[in-house]
Amino acid sequence: MTELSKTGAAVGEPVSAPSDAPSTFLEVRDLKVHFPTDDGLVKSVDGLSFSVEKGKTLSIVGESGSGKSVTSLAIMGLHRLGARGKNVQMSGEIWLDGQELVNADPDEVRKLRGREMAMIFQDPLSAMHPYYTIGSQIVEAYRVHHKVDKKTARKRAIEMLDRVGIPEPAKRADSYPHEFSGGMRQRAMIAMALVNNPELLIADEPTTALDVTVQAQILDLIRDLQKEFGSAVILITHDLGVVAEIADEVLVMYGGRCVERGAVDEIFEKPQHPYTWGLLGSMPRIDRETSDRLIPVKGQPPSLINVPSGCAFHPRCPYADLPKGDVTRTVRPELQLVGSGHYTACHLSQEDRTRIWTEEIAPKL
Amino acid sequence: MILLLVVSAVTFAIFFLLPRMAGQTADQLAQQYIGKSPSKADILAVKHNLGLDQPLYVQYWHFIKGIVAGATYDLGPTTAHCNAPCFGYSFKTHEAVWPQLTSRLPVTVSLAAGAAVMWLISGVAVGVVSALKPRSFFDRAFMGVALAGVSLPMFFTGNLAILLFTYQWPIFGRTYVPFTENPAQWANTLFPAWCSLALLYSAIYARLTRSGMLETMNEDFIRTARAKGLRERNVVVRHGLRAALTPIITVFGMDLGLLLGGALITETVFSLHGVGQYAVQAIDDNDLPPILGVTLLAAFFVVIANLLVDLLYAAADPRVRLS
Repeated sequence: MTELSKTGAAVGEPVSAPSDAPSTFLEVRDLKVHFPTDDGLVKSVDGLSFSVEKGKTLSIVGESGSGKSVTSLAIMGLHRLGARGKNVQMSGEIWLDGQELVNADPDEVRKLRGREMAMIFQDPLSAMHPYYTIGSQIVEAYRVHHKVDKKTARKRAIEMLDRVGIPEPAKRADSYPHEFSGGMRQRAMIAMALVNNPELLIADEPTTALDVTVQAQILDLIRDLQKEFGSAVILITHDLGVVAEIADEVLVMYGGRCVERGAVDEIFEKPQHPYTWGLLGSMPRIDRETSDRLIPVKGQPPSLINVPSGCAFHPRCPYADLPKGDVTRTVRPELQLVGSGHYTACHLSQEDRTRIWTEEIAPKL
Repeated sequence: MILLLVVSAVTFAIFFLLPRMAGQTADQLAQQYIGKSPSKADILAVKHNLGLDQPLYVQYWHFIKGIVAGATYDLGPTTAHCNAPCFGYSFKTHEAVWPQLTSRLPVTVSLAAGAAVMWLISGVAVGVVSALKPRSFFDRAFMGVALAGVSLPMFFTGNLAILLFTYQWPIFGRTYVPFTENPAQWANTLFPAWCSLALLYSAIYARLTRSGMLETMNEDFIRTARAKGLRERNVVVRHGLRAALTPIITVFGMDLGLLLGGALITETVFSLHGVGQYAVQAIDDNDLPPILGVTLLAAFFVVIANLLVDLLYAAADPRVRLS
């Protein structure tokens, strides 16, 4: 923890392409985001590493408070801003297209925001300014990064609105957010995020606030646009149905750490971590017998101030007593390779995991 | 319009009906405007002259008619015509009320407008800076000053300002000069009064802005604005302040409307011959027509301010616009 630098003081010079710059488009290494509070240090993200290639979609799943949103805000450099941002302690590395962001000059990161990386949010109504028209908000997003006059920017905004499927874009550009339906608002939000052709798009639960009928349309739109622009997408969600539909890779977060990571097929077919099993078991499925009840993950999400010792999941894990000794309570499990590009952090032996999954969990799903 | 009629009825009732109900007779009222130990005939004559011998509803009718159409007073040998809007004559000085109001209004407007500009700018600025660094030294210091600002009465801060800036260090002039005569001199004399009044109000506005900004800066759309890559300055002003300003407009309109009806204490302290001071003078003399006139004027400004606030609100917040 000693290497954690206060971000307020860590306004360093931009890191000029050091030798260990990764070749992947986005790479996060040992990211830690801690918030000091009156009750103690909240370790929202505590040592997270992952990478995303261009054109690929990484889905981060986990329950509320697992650190999904904090991770995305950290990449965007957003939670350092504002009155509370001064206290945030952040360490690790975030490499975006060869540029390190954690220790970079905040103004450099600002210039990347909206241009190289953009974000769409959960609730498009509250995420848009109520007093400005949709068009002017998109125009603003474009003109931050492009020195063009308002007319050109407006043309570009209307073009984007048209691209995301808003009918009569020239007319609707002059509407206010409250005059749009939820789905239309999210489309407009996507248009705003993509107006500068960002190479990284972070979608933080983009369909949670929408009608089920609209959710699929929005997901299709994101997927189509990703193909068209070739951008990398990080999709944050707790809806595994969404994950199955759109993700290439899945990262399961628990208590601010990654507990399992792998290709989407691997995760759904051969999940290795008890928490992932829990998530799958709590997912409603059309092909399941209706008499079977959903199996919730027992217990409460962990406190991020007093994270359980050893494996953070052990208080809720039905198999915590399987490994010999009290290793689950004392030793924090590290990520280990369990398949092709498939990692998990669990003390259970490979045999136990395979047996439990195939004999106990899979048949019930 | 209907509102103004109601307001006029209420004010009339307050000043004419209430004293009557409290036991004051028209005789007693009339007696105040004659010398000592008046004869019965004198009182009757005065009552007749002032119209106090008529039933109240007739008095009210004359009052309203005078405002709309003007009035002609029968003064025995001569008649005096008072053009519309006629607010009657002072019981005491026999001067028409309306010309007094119009001649004093520029002073009141000068005072209110100057102070309003000062308190709006300083209050909002302090509020924003405080909200951006809550619980910082700056925030604490300014909120302390703001607390003092709202707590200190005008007759303290005003007199202190006069003592310091016109007597101790005579920087500012002492007698009011109309803007049309000499704008520099006008501002120079009014400045201490502006400051005193602005201190009182900016304190309220600073607190209002601070709480509004603290709230809006936590809104989702602020995060969106930052996610676009906007400079923090633009995020604060264009997105944060823009949203926080709407409730401030409302309060500002009301305050300004009220002040235009006369800043009684400020005008008295600074010896500004404005509408407020006219009212104070009239209250001192138990002189009903000027009090009525000033009250109605104040009510008029408040109603107009209300209307303007509603219109401004619609302009500021598209969600309240009628489709």
